[in-house]
Amino acid sequence: MSDRLSVFKTYKLYVGGKFPRSESGRVYEVTDAKGKWLANAPLSSRKDARDAVVAARKAFGGWSGATAYNRGQILYRIAEMLEGRREQFVSEVADAEGLSKSKAAAQVDAAIDRWVWYAGWSDKIAQVAGGANPVAGPFFNLSTPEPTGVVAVLAPQESSFLGLVSVIAPAIVTGNTVVVVASEKAPLPALSLGEVLATSDLPGGVVNVLSGRTAEIAGPLAAHQDVNAIDLAGVAGDREEATALETAAADNLKRVHRPQAVDWTADPGTDRMLAYLETKTVWHPMGV
Amino acid sequence: MAFEYAPAPESRAVVDIAPSYGLFIDGEFADAADGKVFKTVSPANEEVLSEVAQAGAADVERAVKAARKAFEKWSALPGAERAKYLFRIARLIQERSRELAVLESLDNGKPIKESRDSDLPLVAAHFFYYAGWADKLGHAGLGTDPKPLGVAGQVIPWNFPLLMLAWKIAPALACGNTVVLKPAETTPLSALFFADICRQAGLPRGVVNILTGDGSTGAELVAHPDVDKVAFTGSTEVGKAIARTVAGTDKKLTLELGGKAANIVFDDAPLDQAVEGIVNGIFFNQGHVCCAGSRLLVQESVQDELLDALKRRMASLRVGDPLDKNTDIGAINSAEQLARIKALADAGEAEGAERWAPACELPGEGYWFAPTLFTGVTQAHRIAREEIFGPVLSVLTFRTPEEAVAKANNTPYGLSAGIWTEKGSRSLWTAGKLRAGVVWSNTFNKFDPASPFGGYKESGFGREGGRHGLEAYLNV
Repeated sequence: MSDRLSVFKTYKLYVGGKFPRSESGRVYEVTDAKGKWLANAPLSSRKDARDAVVAARKAFGGWSGATAYNRGQILYRIAEMLEGRREQFVSEVADAEGLSKSKAAAQVDAAIDRWVWYAGWSDKIAQVAGGANPVAGPFFNLSTPEPTGVVAVLAPQESSFLGLVSVIAPAIVTGNTVVVVASEKAPLPALSLGEVLATSDLPGGVVNVLSGRTAEIAGPLAAHQDVNAIDLAGVAGDREEATALETAAADNLKRVHRPQAVDWTADPGTDRMLAYLETKTVWHPMGV
Repeated sequence: MAFEYAPAPESRAVVDIAPSYGLFIDGEFADAADGKVFKTVSPANEEVLSEVAQAGAADVERAVKAARKAFEKWSALPGAERAKYLFRIARLIQERSRELAVLESLDNGKPIKESRDSDLPLVAAHFFYYAGWADKLGHAGLGTDPKPLGVAGQVIPWNFPLLMLAWKIAPALACGNTVVLKPAETTPLSALFFADICRQAGLPRGVVNILTGDGSTGAELVAHPDVDKVAFTGSTEVGKAIARTVAGTDKKLTLELGGKAANIVFDDAPLDQAVEGIVNGIFFNQGHVCCAGSRLLVQESVQDELLDALKRRMASLRVGDPLDKNTDIGAINSAEQLARIKALADAGEAEGAERWAPACELPGEGYWFAPTLFTGVTQAHRIAREEIFGPVLSVLTFRTPEEAVAKANNTPYGLSAGIWTEKGSRSLWTAGKLRAGVVWSNTFNKFDPASPFGGYKESGFGREGGRHGLEAYLNV
């Protein structure tokens, strides 16, 4: 029996590769599934959301310009780093979702495997989604998928880690950068993921993690003129809110991924990758 | 001395326009429920060509019902059978292409050489291309058994009336959807002739329904609760309104919207070819093209040489009778559009850009605008930012490739772009940096049904053409 007092962790946001507190100075209490206090999480403000978009935009050129091979390596590196901190995430997910250790472990393992799965997609998606177009004339004509830009992601509320990874990885593997709003009542695994990302060779700003009230941050992100796409997974079950956000997103014609029932343990398919890709078609005459 | 051109008009005897047309619903032509009609005129001489029905809410309701009823059988048909209907349509379009080309030039004002040599061949090609997909959908990389969505509500613009119809209807039918299509208010006739082709092809009733009308008809259609898919080509402003209408519904949406394409000429470009590409890029179809190369970005060191050659070339463009086979630039589509072009061109002068147009005699009646060039344009000028949708070219300059890319991307739009350089690595570097859905390198305004087309950013989302174009009409 030790008298040692444990060291609490101050959970912080992850923005632009740094770990700031909320600009607002606010926090909110995060409890486990039984209502026991776990930690205070930053209660992000609209300003935090705007800062995160600026960081994501700044990172876009470098990340989208990196080779697919390099992006794949870095996504795999994230899986490596997570594997090393598996126990921490198992315990955080168990607390967050009220799961037994073994069920939480299954979620974390699936999340790690998902990074590996998406890592392998980085240098294949262009071959699957693009290709040569046999036009009726002497032209070299090629369609290539390209990232759409800055993607705002409202992470799913119930699946605090596997769901989170399942919405971030497909957006960044193709070169997009992301501002993700963590599950409102279970943000701690997401905030800890920030620490993993920071040590995974992922350039700062590629993924930015905010915690707080989804409804407070989602509106400004949906209306933000420098955000190119939005994933509404985090407002599944609130049709009114989803409609309001989709309506706001129309102002700059954001690509909208509408909320739908998702089994996060199932094979994710290519849907979420393709949702944040544009197709660029380049023509050039052929001849001698 | 140069020889004068004698008039070389295409005969309009091949096309028989009725004095009035109804709506095409459930395989029949019928008047609008409330009896409202409007006139469609030839923009070249303001002659009234015909009177068409103005569809109201009751007509939209009837057309969507007909399409819903037809969907059950049409979607259940084996793909190979649907394909045969589309092949029939493609052949009928080829057979009647002379008639349709003349009709299109009459109603739209575009030169016959463009409707005859560009629009109609592409229209037929589109139906051929998608006909071949109808029985191969499981091989398109969109899942092993992709399903149609249901009733597609489609709203198309006036710049390429029949081509935009083909872009919308061919993939929709190939995938097993049924359609209600609203052609533009100023160019309704070719869609009604297409309805007749559907009858000739023996297409089942209700699979294709055509509702003529104005913006209010389109708004009714996209808002109809029993429409499963909305496809729109037109202005960004209307596109945003449609996106708001569709928000919170299960309707799938694709939008092909405006553009302000940069046509970038580097100092090592083949200048004569570039001049042809610039002219084609902005003066094709009177500049009524969403992907028109309306911003010329020329490297400073070749500016004078290029502009001299461009002005010489522009002076040789022939503006006039759309049915004349020697006409390069036809009529502006409507009085309203002409007013918009004039207002923006005036704004260009007021903001300090220098306006130039070749000496050019315009016909006394109808809607006309001479091919126009603005130099000394800055990025802040309205003529460099707003889509003019007319034969007006704004010229900007740059010094480095980085500057060209920055200027090219400095717009909310992202539909198309052009690059002129003989250096392959520079061309590919530039193409990679441009945020645009279509990049033409050492060519411009090329289209093909096998080639995906569509925009980045506020030029809309979704792709038309190619394998990618199927996605918009399947549950994937």
